[in-house]
Amino acid sequence: MTATDVPQAVERGVGARLPRKEDARLLTGEARFVDDLSIPGALWLGMVRSPFAHARLGNVDASAALAIPGVRHVFTGADLRDGWAAAMPCAWPVTEDMKAPDHWPIAVDKACYVGDIVAVVVADSRYAAVDGVDAVEVDYDPLEAVVDLEDAASDRTVIHDGLGTNRSYTWTLVPDPDAVERAFAEAAHVVRERYLQQRLIPVAIEPRGVAAVPGVYGGDLTVYSATQIPHILKIMITATCGVPEAKVRVIAPAVGGGFGSKLNIYAEELIAVALARRLGVPTRWTEGRSENSVATIQGRGQIQDIELAADADGKVTAVRVKLLADMGAYMQLVTPGIPLLGAFLYGGVYDVPAYSFECTGVFTTKTPTDAYRGAGRPEATYAIERAMESLAREVGVDSAEIRRRNYIPSDRFPYDASSGLTFDSGNYEPTLDRALELVDHGGRRAEQQRRRDAGDTKHLGIGIATYVEMCGLAPSRVLASLNYAAGGWEAATVRVLPTGTVQVVSGTTPHGQGHETCWSQIVADKLGVDPDSVEVLHSDTAVSPIGMDTYGSRSLPVGGVAVAMASDQVLDKARRIASHQLECAEDDLELVDGELRVKGTPTKAMTLQAVAFEAFSAHDLPDGMEPNLVGQVTYDPPNFVFPFGTHVAVVEIDEETGGVELLDYAAVDDCGVQVNPMIVEGQLHGGIVQGAAQALWEEAMYDDDGLLRNPTLTDYCVPSTAEVPSIKLDHTVTPSPTNPLGVKGIGEAGTIGSTPTVINAIVDALAPLGITDIAMPATPERVWAAIREAREAQA
Amino acid sequence: MIPAAFDYQRASSVDEAVGLLGEHGDDAKLLAGGHSLLPLMRLRLAAPAVLIDIGRLDDLSYVRSDGGQVLIGALTRHQDLATSDELRDQVPLLAHIAGQIGDPQVRHRGTIGGSIAHGDPASDLPAALLALRGTVVARGPGGEREIASDEMFTGFLETALAPDEVLTEIRVPAVGAAPWGFQKFVRRAQDWAIVGCATVLGNGTSAEPGVGLVHMGATPLRAPGVEDALRSGASPRDAAARADEGTDPPDDLNASAEYRRHLAQVLVRRALESTQP
Amino acid sequence: MNITLSVNGEERSSDVEPRRLLVHHLRDDLGLTGTNVGCDTSSCGSCTVLMDGESVKSCTILAVQADGHEITTIEGLAALAPAGDGEAGALHPVQQAFHEQHGLQCGYCTPGMVMAAVSLLAENPHPSEADVRLGLEGNLCRCTGYHNIVRSVLAAAGELPESEEVPA
Repeated sequence: MTATDVPQAVERGVGARLPRKEDARLLTGEARFVDDLSIPGALWLGMVRSPFAHARLGNVDASAALAIPGVRHVFTGADLRDGWAAAMPCAWPVTEDMKAPDHWPIAVDKACYVGDIVAVVVADSRYAAVDGVDAVEVDYDPLEAVVDLEDAASDRTVIHDGLGTNRSYTWTLVPDPDAVERAFAEAAHVVRERYLQQRLIPVAIEPRGVAAVPGVYGGDLTVYSATQIPHILKIMITATCGVPEAKVRVIAPAVGGGFGSKLNIYAEELIAVALARRLGVPTRWTEGRSENSVATIQGRGQIQDIELAADADGKVTAVRVKLLADMGAYMQLVTPGIPLLGAFLYGGVYDVPAYSFECTGVFTTKTPTDAYRGAGRPEATYAIERAMESLAREVGVDSAEIRRRNYIPSDRFPYDASSGLTFDSGNYEPTLDRALELVDHGGRRAEQQRRRDAGDTKHLGIGIATYVEMCGLAPSRVLASLNYAAGGWEAATVRVLPTGTVQVVSGTTPHGQGHETCWSQIVADKLGVDPDSVEVLHSDTAVSPIGMDTYGSRSLPVGGVAVAMASDQVLDKARRIASHQLECAEDDLELVDGELRVKGTPTKAMTLQAVAFEAFSAHDLPDGMEPNLVGQVTYDPPNFVFPFGTHVAVVEIDEETGGVELLDYAAVDDCGVQVNPMIVEGQLHGGIVQGAAQALWEEAMYDDDGLLRNPTLTDYCVPSTAEVPSIKLDHTVTPSPTNPLGVKGIGEAGTIGSTPTVINAIVDALAPLGITDIAMPATPERVWAAIREAREAQA
Repeated sequence: MIPAAFDYQRASSVDEAVGLLGEHGDDAKLLAGGHSLLPLMRLRLAAPAVLIDIGRLDDLSYVRSDGGQVLIGALTRHQDLATSDELRDQVPLLAHIAGQIGDPQVRHRGTIGGSIAHGDPASDLPAALLALRGTVVARGPGGEREIASDEMFTGFLETALAPDEVLTEIRVPAVGAAPWGFQKFVRRAQDWAIVGCATVLGNGTSAEPGVGLVHMGATPLRAPGVEDALRSGASPRDAAARADEGTDPPDDLNASAEYRRHLAQVLVRRALESTQP
Repeated sequence: MNITLSVNGEERSSDVEPRRLLVHHLRDDLGLTGTNVGCDTSSCGSCTVLMDGESVKSCTILAVQADGHEITTIEGLAALAPAGDGEAGALHPVQQAFHEQHGLQCGYCTPGMVMAAVSLLAENPHPSEADVRLGLEGNLCRCTGYHNIVRSVLAAAGELPESEEVPA
């Protein structure tokens, strides 16, 4: 072994900026996304979608479509209605009395949003399917659209006749109502704010796609889907299509981004399965972009009323929150639960003694909402971080000071929040100090003042937000208490193969997060091997039969921990084999350079590979020991993990046009121990821009008839590289005490922190005009109009 | 999405294209770079029965000086305009604007002729043509004619080109060092302008001002109020205050009409104040 | 209609429907599935390939328009490496830089992004950060926030400042 080899495993283990194993196939076009798969004999599906937000369905005339060469069949909801074993699943009925309509993959009587599937075309080719969809004629009897949330809640027009109301549920979390009342009654300062969370379109750059390949005689079924959740999809295919679970294999091949939008069970997946089985041939479907905008879930969509009570010093004494949450037309997989993921966090990073939260979920005639990056936590963080700015103004202190006065002190962790959760670890103030330093806060404030004094029409604004979020979904018992239908554990298997390769089987389903690299680094550390000799298998239920998949920033703090624990099992067993064969006590063995050596006698050693081969040959194992060197763990986390951080944005506002430019952005985040800092940074960069996009660019715009006005990427403004600055990152490390790696999730933190940061910066810039709010996205026109209105009011 | 089916004809000369247009009438569309037409066809907002591809008429790609004019072949790509030394020298405004259209991929395919013949009010080059008081050359069955830019844009996506005419050349005065300005207000760099404007103060021989507006009505527009004010010696600020005179800007999901009127004034002022060189 | 394209250095002749988009011709007819489709309005750039050496959006070009032209897709890029010998497994310097700088996550926009970057660097071998940001305006990425994409392109051009890391 050469000198450079010795530290290699360590250098490339936990903490290393290891370039990713996943990259080569993605950089060369070798990776296969669903639409890339060659599936002989597959028929293409095209979805006929309602152009009306709310309409009774009349006759479907397929004759013109069927006359098109290559179009084979057209099926309606009625044609398939009797074939479903159950309606589409909602796994999170948040209250016992939650109201939800049956949701069939193809609408039967009524279309309830623009994009609701009313018929499906089966054709020989991609092109013929599109032509067929164009030619199907459906008679619609339009009904009144229900677009506005408060209008929906009023039940002026009830969407689902059988429910009698659009109000699906009201969920409350009020641990001590009297304490809240008392705090508001005694408060020196009270701020009351209303914020609107516009609907967002997730826009994973790969649209969805599915292919279903039936084994006509074997009865088996293989489904390829652009999904984050192959394991859950497998169960739901059994539940809805009646295929015995043992016959179903689901594969998520390369998946081009998800952001929660592929954390769902979609009608098209089930239609593809049903038709593949009915026709006895493979079926496939690939979503178009404009189609994606209406057919894939949207995010956010809330009206938030938040009140803070505070004492004379601005110390918050109570937080009271009331939400109206837009479910859209139907409950998708976890639609009703999304606001609940934020329900515990409206107190933010602050020591809030009294807490009250209530959310009412309401149906509208729009695309269903569901998990979108952050899912509930960005909304909560936005509300509290905006409201803290109001409180700062009310109290007359600056943005940093109001936060310093209210942060949960670092010596209070683990911290029992009044919302009922226990925050695992935290130390918030250092992230604020460092973030302010990174943007030269003092210098920026001086420049801001200089411009104000000079009457400059280019206004400078500095925005701050400190966030904490709960992720690592999730302790199964907590999920049970929230009425969620499944658990939150994750499974991992680690095997050392006879030739020394370490094979990891993970129940997580990466789609850009770099699990193959990170899990290899964890194993490398644990077993003293090079990460290149570790192979990570995932995303195929035949290879990885047990798993709960990837969402909710759970993969590392749950799945990665499972990998670490399974590696520990492997090492334990290896020690027992080595001590048996080397005839020494287990305690006398140390792991050095991938070898188990007898302490003080380095010549007495076995490489891990040698141990693995002994385990494989099983010629000489300790009595009663099973052959093969395998560790297998299903890890159910004892708590969520609570990453945190402070973000600071500097914006420049052009008063004449209302244009907002992001001049500078710094983020100091703490996700505990970092397995691969390069990947952590990448998650933050992407998350920050996605959250800034909610603040500045993105909104699903519906007209009064419930028609999405901006379904294309020409009109739905996903920012490009030309609109965003480079991002300054730094971090602190406060390990989580709840898991052996000390890690916390980081997939959503950037998004959670950045939206309020950017809006706070805009409001800060315009503060001298008396502007205290700006609707999201803060488009140039909105900013211009707000300034004009403020100037007129001042005049 | 995928275009509806069509017949495809490849023209090997302008005259052949004219003949094919005559043959197919309103059912036919000319295809050059395709970057105006194909996006509409993919969304099935346009479904011509016949596409006549003139994209291979390489002799329509050129920039050359001719007396006091610069002649530009209709198939000259935005990228070629942006990098043409001749154009940078003689009509720097046009080279500058061409370098800002869409994104690099669009500039590698889109042509000046396609852009002007499409007549999109949100497109930048037509406004520049108006500001420069250029002309276009159209060839039809009866031969060539020259159309003044002021006569060119007749309605929303409608031009003075007859159904059987092919736009072959764009002619603009070689304004050389005459001061010019261009402002384009977008939310994202690749977007169509919410409002834009091109200004030229003089054409090399006279001080005649030209101001063209982007996305301020159903067609690319001239801002005659601003031009009048400049002629009578108004300051940029005062002249720009008349930028929205006579316009009827759209009220759409990207901006209200009122905001567009305001932007037009701001952008024209900035264009006039920041005139190059 | 019969067309012949030079794709990654090989002549490929096919009979295609006139409306066939170049991207579908490459993917479905020629099996080159590295070029992706991310939108329907020429906005996202996932389908970017080189046509006669310049970046174009292959979703907005008919296959018949590409007849007679040279197309380079992501699958053929490594062969264009300056020192490349076309050996399987080699990466083009831009691909290599994306790998080293973590310029990709899910990888779906990546082929288009890389091809756009190759074209950009061909036109401007020594770009500033602003040049890169504007030069890639036609390509959308949802994962990276672009930060590391910009660094990748600058690194490929040898223009990445050495000490721009924020100290920990």
